[in-house]
Amino acid sequence: MSAKDIVASLSDGMTIGIGGWGPRRKPMALVREILRSDLKDLTIVAYGGADVGMLCAAGKVKKLVFAFVSLDAIPLEPWFRKARESGSLEILELDEGMFQWGLKAAAFGLPFLPCRVGLGTDLAELGGLKTVQSPYEDGETLIAMPALKLDVALIHANRSDYRGNVHLFGADVYYDEWFAKAADKAYVSCEELVDKMEDHYPDDARLNVFERCFVTGVVHMPGGAHPSSMPPAYGWDMKAFKAYAAAAKDPGDWSAVADKFVGADEDAYLNSIGGKEAVAALPLPIF
Amino acid sequence: MTDVTLAELCIFACSEAFRGNGEIVATGVGPVPRLAAGLAKLTHTPELMMTDGEAYLVEQPVPIGPRGYDDRKAAGYLPFSRFFDSAVWTGRRHAMVTPTQIDRFGQINLSYLGGTYDKPKIQMLGVRGFPGNTIYHANSFFFPSHTARTLVPGEVDMVSGVGYNPAKRVAGGNYSGVDLRRIVTNLCVMDFGGTDNAIRVISLHPGVSFEDVQAETGFELEKGDIVETPLPGAEELDIIAILDPHGVRASVIKDNPAARST
Repeated sequence: MSAKDIVASLSDGMTIGIGGWGPRRKPMALVREILRSDLKDLTIVAYGGADVGMLCAAGKVKKLVFAFVSLDAIPLEPWFRKARESGSLEILELDEGMFQWGLKAAAFGLPFLPCRVGLGTDLAELGGLKTVQSPYEDGETLIAMPALKLDVALIHANRSDYRGNVHLFGADVYYDEWFAKAADKAYVSCEELVDKMEDHYPDDARLNVFERCFVTGVVHMPGGAHPSSMPPAYGWDMKAFKAYAAAAKDPGDWSAVADKFVGADEDAYLNSIGGKEAVAALPLPIF
Repeated sequence: MTDVTLAELCIFACSEAFRGNGEIVATGVGPVPRLAAGLAKLTHTPELMMTDGEAYLVEQPVPIGPRGYDDRKAAGYLPFSRFFDSAVWTGRRHAMVTPTQIDRFGQINLSYLGGTYDKPKIQMLGVRGFPGNTIYHANSFFFPSHTARTLVPGEVDMVSGVGYNPAKRVAGGNYSGVDLRRIVTNLCVMDFGGTDNAIRVISLHPGVSFEDVQAETGFELEKGDIVETPLPGAEELDIIAILDPHGVRASVIKDNPAARST
């Protein structure tokens, strides 16, 4: 499969979950492919970083489901802010823990999962979340966190084979497993693609964080997380993030800078930042 | 000790919030809370757990700023992917953070300022994990600039963290995990030990009066048994310097003033 094939299989109005966390291990090459397409009116579900910022800036997002949108070292994602402050987005704002709980509800085919989170805050009222009462003796009132059912999940992995045996080997796998399981279809881009995993890395099977029955398609895209981080292969590109953030102020118009941050195609994009080698040389972030 | 800075006094005061907390994850977000958690672990509360800021549990707090990527020595593992299961939703954590706003109920906001849910005037981070943090585990706060814009009158614009506001309590909800501990600012230390968990001043930094604090606060404060906030000693200052080798703490409070004005 190619990234173009994957995006061609998507349609307007779909609910798309994006793996990773803030500026970390985002499937940016697939996001860029969406940005090159005519797709519109998407509902995006993500622990957001520049993926969310770019899709908002390009007017692709009808509704956003999020707990935060941040580039870490640049705490406030500037293009997301612009979209929010213009009033152009429908939103469902959630707590980070509720968010993964909603993915789990969807993964298990449940309408909701109960939790305490959200009580005592404005989340429930503003987001239209309902409560449910425990049918047992305790009778506790809980928030019913609705399933975050996804049409499609997009994930960037360190390694995969053609069947979708995925390996994640950064220090943290975030909630990618649950994005994959919450979705009807999950597409994985990867840094390294092999034919048969068992012939190459049989000793690494514990890195297979979710099983291949949850993977619909795989595409080889080295450097595909850029400008987000891809531990342990490469860090985030702070210079690129700064340029991206600065562009939100000047010129402040996405159409004027989209070519720089998206490119005509992925090869052109990678060439514009110095190629795969430059991405591979980015140092890992220090926390 | 005229060379002790106000930031160092705040780190020392913040570290007291973690005293005797036991085997829980101490999270300090931002330089002063982070240094405070490390200081607590290296002095009075060695049993505290903490992460390297990425995914590993460390027994030696990780210094702030540039260093070798592999300098930290992992003793355990606590990635985002199991943070809620292990630390937050089991109540085994005490976080110290700097929200954008806090009100008299201890309700905090870091989502947006002004406007509405659909069209905020100023969009900030989003609620992040604060609804969960505040209903499940202990929380404290640090404000480098104590003003009525931060410690606000009325209520915060978007309640992102649970406080002690009776109007926000749903019948049958379990609020037993709500546990707001300390507020440390550039002026004073406060807790929630007043009437019905009202915020009260428990120590004033050198040269600051209760009236000074009240004048900068958007709601009425109660008075505890007020003492002068103690200065860190030589041992604590040495540890702070080791944990902050690049002097990031000097940039936290405007003009990096001394703890005791001369």
